[in-house]
Amino acid sequence: MRMSKVVRTAADILFPFVLIFGFYIVVHGHLTPGGGFQGGAVIATAIVLLIAAYGYDAIARRITKDALRNTEALGLIAFIATALVALALGAGFFYNWLAGTGLLFGMPVGFGPNPGDLNTGGTIPLMNLAVGIEVLGALSLIVLYMLSGTQEAA
Amino acid sequence: MKRVIMAATVAVLLAGFLAPVIGLDFGEPAYTDMDEYFVQHGQEQTGGNNIVTDVVFDFRGFDTLGEATVLFVAVLGVGLVFRTLRGGET
Amino acid sequence: MYFDLPFIAAAVIATIGIITMLFRRNLVKMIMGLSLVESSVNLFLVSLGYRTGAIAPIFTNAPSVRMAMPTVQAMTLTNIVIGIATTALLLSLAMVIYRKYGTVNADDVRKLRG
Repeated sequence: MRMSKVVRTAADILFPFVLIFGFYIVVHGHLTPGGGFQGGAVIATAIVLLIAAYGYDAIARRITKDALRNTEALGLIAFIATALVALALGAGFFYNWLAGTGLLFGMPVGFGPNPGDLNTGGTIPLMNLAVGIEVLGALSLIVLYMLSGTQEAA
Repeated sequence: MKRVIMAATVAVLLAGFLAPVIGLDFGEPAYTDMDEYFVQHGQEQTGGNNIVTDVVFDFRGFDTLGEATVLFVAVLGVGLVFRTLRGGET
Repeated sequence: MYFDLPFIAAAVIATIGIITMLFRRNLVKMIMGLSLVESSVNLFLVSLGYRTGAIAPIFTNAPSVRMAMPTVQAMTLTNIVIGIATTALLLSLAMVIYRKYGTVNADDVRKLRG
């Protein structure tokens, strides 16, 4: 069941902007309001927008449930792996092993208001990305499963 | 009869919920060392400007791990339910 | 100053939710009641950490360093995600019950079974 051409065109135009906005929320999670969960939810709404415009069948052929399930599992594994690296380096589980080292995302930050530098936060941006990927997969998968339940089973 | 039971339940629940709440001061929370520590030292220790994200992903990482696992298992449960519903189709 | 209005609102919303769960026989409405209780807990937690005149605990271009409490907001974030998970699972179970019994009324489901 697809909507009219106006709705489909509007969805096509809005889709990349919603994706970019969600990605911005995920990546800037340690600087501005937001984070992995919120950004993943926004990206999932982009997929829901496509489903609303084009109908379940057309989208379920393109975005398969297997791919989304793998996405979700990949996000969770990346999240746990980021936390496990700290264990390998001799610190505690979930230790922030990148903060203040000067490596990727490792610029040290002093106390007080600042304009915000993306290259800070240690493992927090990595975990934000991992959780964003997981939530994106999970919420889209819930929507797809529920829609497949409402379709008449032949 | 049902209306009487309902009104009594409403009264009991409202009294039960309002009793602990009515003494709190909105806008002046009790002082806690933990929150003060997060605000004062969280930025230097983790490098993130957003203290809430620092708490969620660094200081309380185990919480977030459990949260992500709960979401994962819930999606597995939803998939299980609808897989049996549609007769083995993915 | 605000006469505890957020706390009272949280108590009222929680009462409405529990009443809905107890006295409605429709499974979907019972799930709505559960969502209401979750929302009231979120409102209670967030308003518990508010300081008068404080800003959100984010240092990017912050006008002052008097900040609201961060821990309760982190707890709220956890609660929202877990609320989504439980609501999705309960709604899918309600859909299965509707498929099997043709109704989502809790009394009818029990009667048809007996």
